[in-house]
Amino acid sequence: MDFAIRTDNLGRVYKLRGAKKTEARQLVALQDVSIEIRPGELFGLLGPNGAGKTTLIKILTTLLSPTTGRAWVAGYDVSQEPEKIRPRINMVSGGESSGYGLLTVRENLWMFSQFYGLPSKEANRRIKELLEVVGMSDRLNTKSSDLSTGLRQKMNIVRGFLTDPDVLFLDEPTVGLDVGAARDVRRFIRRWVDEDPSRTLLLTTHYMVEADELCDRAAIINQGKVLACDTPANLKHTLQRDAIFRLEVSPMNGLGMDVFETMPGVKQVVHHAKDGGSLLEFILEEEPVLGSVVTALTSENIRILNLQKREPTLEDVFVDLVGRSMEEVERGSAKQDQ
Amino acid sequence: MAVQSRISKSAGWRLFLKTVIARAYPRVVAQQREKSWMFFDILLPLLAVSAYVFVYRAIGAPQEFIGFVVIGGAMTAFWMNILWSMSSQLYWEKEMGNLALYIIAPNSMMAILLGMALGGMLATALRALAITILGSWFFQVSYQVASFPLLFSVFLLAMIALYGMGMMAASLFLLLGREAWHLSHLAQEPVYLVSGFYFPIRSFNFWVAAAASIIPLTLGLDAMRQLVFPSGAALGFLTVNVEIAILVLLGGIFLLAARYLLAHMEKLAIQEGRLTESRR
Repeated sequence: MDFAIRTDNLGRVYKLRGAKKTEARQLVALQDVSIEIRPGELFGLLGPNGAGKTTLIKILTTLLSPTTGRAWVAGYDVSQEPEKIRPRINMVSGGESSGYGLLTVRENLWMFSQFYGLPSKEANRRIKELLEVVGMSDRLNTKSSDLSTGLRQKMNIVRGFLTDPDVLFLDEPTVGLDVGAARDVRRFIRRWVDEDPSRTLLLTTHYMVEADELCDRAAIINQGKVLACDTPANLKHTLQRDAIFRLEVSPMNGLGMDVFETMPGVKQVVHHAKDGGSLLEFILEEEPVLGSVVTALTSENIRILNLQKREPTLEDVFVDLVGRSMEEVERGSAKQDQ
Repeated sequence: MAVQSRISKSAGWRLFLKTVIARAYPRVVAQQREKSWMFFDILLPLLAVSAYVFVYRAIGAPQEFIGFVVIGGAMTAFWMNILWSMSSQLYWEKEMGNLALYIIAPNSMMAILLGMALGGMLATALRALAITILGSWFFQVSYQVASFPLLFSVFLLAMIALYGMGMMAASLFLLLGREAWHLSHLAQEPVYLVSGFYFPIRSFNFWVAAAASIIPLTLGLDAMRQLVFPSGAALGFLTVNVEIAILVLLGGIFLLAARYLLAHMEKLAIQEGRLTESRR
């Protein structure tokens, strides 16, 4: 098997129902997605909510058929041979509330293990072992309805690993987890992949730091299209020649972002409101352009409270590719939905 | 954690069986953990039974009618289970996020439904038994069973046909989406009436009774009454043997329809992407 996952010009269009039958609309969720993931890789799909990450996972887990193109998981075609793929995969989604509240953690996990044909004794042994790894061994006999959101998510994560899949899909696995729990989960994910070179993990996230820390390679996806795909280091390297500055300034006094956007040498600028003032993040073609930026600010009596030059992050790569920050893209989609 | 050796997993009929047992487990074990079931599933049906008993006593109906009501009251538990824990269950599974996990697992969805049915049947049998014992004790009902093997066969066939119907309805209700909830409400009281839960179905004219016989409990109940009360045969709708034959037929039709609809539902889910998606 050359690739654990391969997609070839994969596309998916949803038919959406309008308020009236005649108002049927279409939503292009995925467009010409071609990726190749090797066995043993921890691959990240990065993008804002609504970018198409979950749709891609659904296709790869045989839950959804593609409208165009093809996809293979563990060497089998997702549309033609789903029954061969299913014993080899598992999936965990962030914030899911699967299982039954009246069952204990152990019982819920045992139940799901049986759907994959695990011997009961082996399942119970692994449940204990995995719960210990995620720090939940004292919750073995707690009813799952009594678990906090974070603990419930940890239980779901154990459910995914329990069946020893060849390919595991984690859709936003750390959503809703506190910092400590998210860190534990990330550490566990990395270790699971490193333990056995035949294991492959595809992770979707909109936390850039998570992708940077965890993934061997990552694809940046927006509006259903893969915009870039490489190792986090190489993705950031594309911005190595740029100068990235973060400026904390007093209120903008009506100064619009268009002043900077049209300024020669400014590649991208992102504005965030912060504590009554503003936070401006610039990607500049070269350092001297900062002089023009500072001049533009001071001529409007805007005070610079803090100025930092920093190394590029995956968030900067996203901004560079999309033209907006992930937060702005998500805000834009939320407005469209309304 | 040390490097794991890959686990050997069951497939084929072993996987099917494991899935049935695992999905039945929450119903058989977990449902008993909420003690409120004793109030809602035993006491409330007993109140409905009592109301009919007092009406029958007030109008001087034959003593067998009291027994008819107790048996009918016990069997309503199964109908409630079919409506609320079988027919609408896949819809709830979708909302909870379980349906997608069931579909991507290597098991058969038919095994999941069968597990739901088996678990529901066993849990409800406990409730039905409690209603029968308590009702018979309160209202001094005496039984004279003509044939225990025949009685057991009728009960079993009625359950197979009834839960086959529930399995079929589960896929159907899922395709209907949120309207399924209303359908369950709609099907509750009218079925109590036409299935003769509290009176012999023979009281209706032939065609109404025949139409009501599509609900397997109608004939199952009628045949059981004929087998446990001396005057039951005289008040029966059809002979026990004919009712058994119809129940066998209904069981076969409903199970086949369940299988077909389930496959159709899964196909639609994958094509349209809506049936496993509670947000869209």
